[in-house]
Order: sequence, then structure tokens, then C-alpha cells
Amino acid sequence: MAIIETKVKDAVTDELALVQAAKRGDVTAFEELVKRYDRNIFRIAHHITQNREDAEDVVQDAFLKAYENLEQFQGNSKFYTWLVRIAVNESLMKLRRRRSDRTVSLDEDIETEEDTMPREVADWSPNAEQLYKQGELKDILRKTIQGLPASFRTVFVLRDVEGLSTEETAEALGLSIPAVKSRLLRARLQLRERLNKYFRKPRAEKAKSDVRGLP
Amino acid sequence: MTCADFLKELTDYLDATIDASTRAELEDHLAWCHNCYVICNTTKKTIEIYRDSQLYELPEELRSKLEVAILSKCTSRKRRSTT
Repeated sequence: MAIIETKVKDAVTDELALVQAAKRGDVTAFEELVKRYDRNIFRIAHHITQNREDAEDVVQDAFLKAYENLEQFQGNSKFYTWLVRIAVNESLMKLRRRRSDRTVSLDEDIETEEDTMPREVADWSPNAEQLYKQGELKDILRKTIQGLPASFRTVFVLRDVEGLSTEETAEALGLSIPAVKSRLLRARLQLRERLNKYFRKPRAEKAKSDVRGLP
Repeated sequence: MTCADFLKELTDYLDATIDASTRAELEDHLAWCHNCYVICNTTKKTIEIYRDSQLYELPEELRSKLEVAILSKCTSRKRRSTT
């Protein structure tokens, strides 16, 4: 545990040193930060925009904006959380431009009963994801997450795909912790509901296991 | 505890950010409520599938291209700001 804590502390100190050097104009130090996080920023941007070219633009614009505004970074949060905040804003702007007929905002909170009350409760086949080939599975997962409102999708990606903590997610999105938790619950339940149709146990298999479960 | 109460706590339960007594209540509910048991397991699975799926990985070739573009823009900004 102590070793892990020391490593985390070292990484944060090391990162702050890189940021300080970049602030002084050291482009090589900034390059190190780009290499450290460009894959994560691309994933986040692609998830939010659902478009590869937009994600490429976001990666470039977010890093450039970060570089130009390094003076604004006070070091109260992690550099990565600050960078994610910039990238999420850029991604949402792209999305708004593409869907000019719809407002896209992190504040959208569509609270309906159906979000939280599961309509279908069916157990999934064991290793359900292995029923599909890699490519097919990815298509299913993409199609499913695409259907979520952007505000839910963003919270889900930061928390569950990128592994940010609830506090970091709240900070990166400028949301309160209860708002993050509420969106995360809805996102998780809606994705589960949508994946049901692909992964649920076939009826015959279910009947067999029900019989097996009898005393 | 009702199923609606259980669902409200599901996120904290799955993230293991819950106090011991609420956790015990939730596990007591799970022990007899088959529906909540299934929802809990399949939601956990949903998170795992997405976490492991690597849906949008950045290909190395594109990564190099983006890095070159970013750094050349940063360098030119720097040059402009120092002259």
C-alpha cells in the first residue's frame, strides 16, 4: 500500500514539474503530457461525439487550448482532470454543431420512471459477450451507447470506461456529486436494459436452469 | 427495503462506496429478491463489458500524426508569443 501511495505521489509531483516546465515554454515537457494523455482524450472525445474526425479535432484543440491557457491551471486539481474538462467542452461543442436542431448540454437531466425502473428482468447467458465475434460485439456496444443522452454518456465514459472517481468526474464536468451519481445510475441502467436483447438467456436455457433450481 | 430503494443505492453498492449497515441491508434484499439480484449482476456485467471493450482506441499511426500536429502548433504559438 505504501509503495502504491508513494508511486501515486511521485507521479503527481512529476506531472506538476512537467506542467511548470511547460509554463516556462518547454515544449518537450508539454510533449510528454500529450503522450501521456492523448489516447484517453481521444477515447473520451470519440465516445461523446460518436464521430472519429470530430474526436481527432478535439484531441488537437483540447491540447492546444491547454497549452495556451497553462497559466490558468492553478494546480488545485490534477492536470488530467483539467484537461478532461477542456476536452469535454470541446466535444459537446462539436456535438451541438452537428445537431444544430438540438441543444446538447450536461445539464439535461431527463428524469423519468422508465430510466430507473427496469422493464425487463432477464438473466444473461454466462459469458454472454462471447456469443458474438469481436467486431459484432463492438458494433452492438457502439450502437447501444450511441442511444444514450450525451449527458449520461459523458458521465458513464468518465466514470466507468476511464475510471475517474466520482469526485474527479464532478470536477471535470462542473457538476455536483449527487448529479454525477444520478446520471451514472441512469446511464448504467439504460445500457443494461438495451443490452438485454442481445445477452439474455434463451428461453429454453432459462427453463432448464429454473428446473435445476427447484428443490 | 423495496426494490426501488435497492435501485437508488445500486450505484454506490457496485462502487463499494457504502457504509457497512446499508450494505448489509442491500445484501439481505439481494438474498431473497431474484429480480434485483439479476439487475445487480447484469448491471455489473454491463460496466465490465464496456470497460474492457476498447471501443475507440487511437491507432498508433494516427496518434503520431496528431502529436506532430499538436506540437508544431504549440511551437508556432510559442514563437509568435516570444517575438
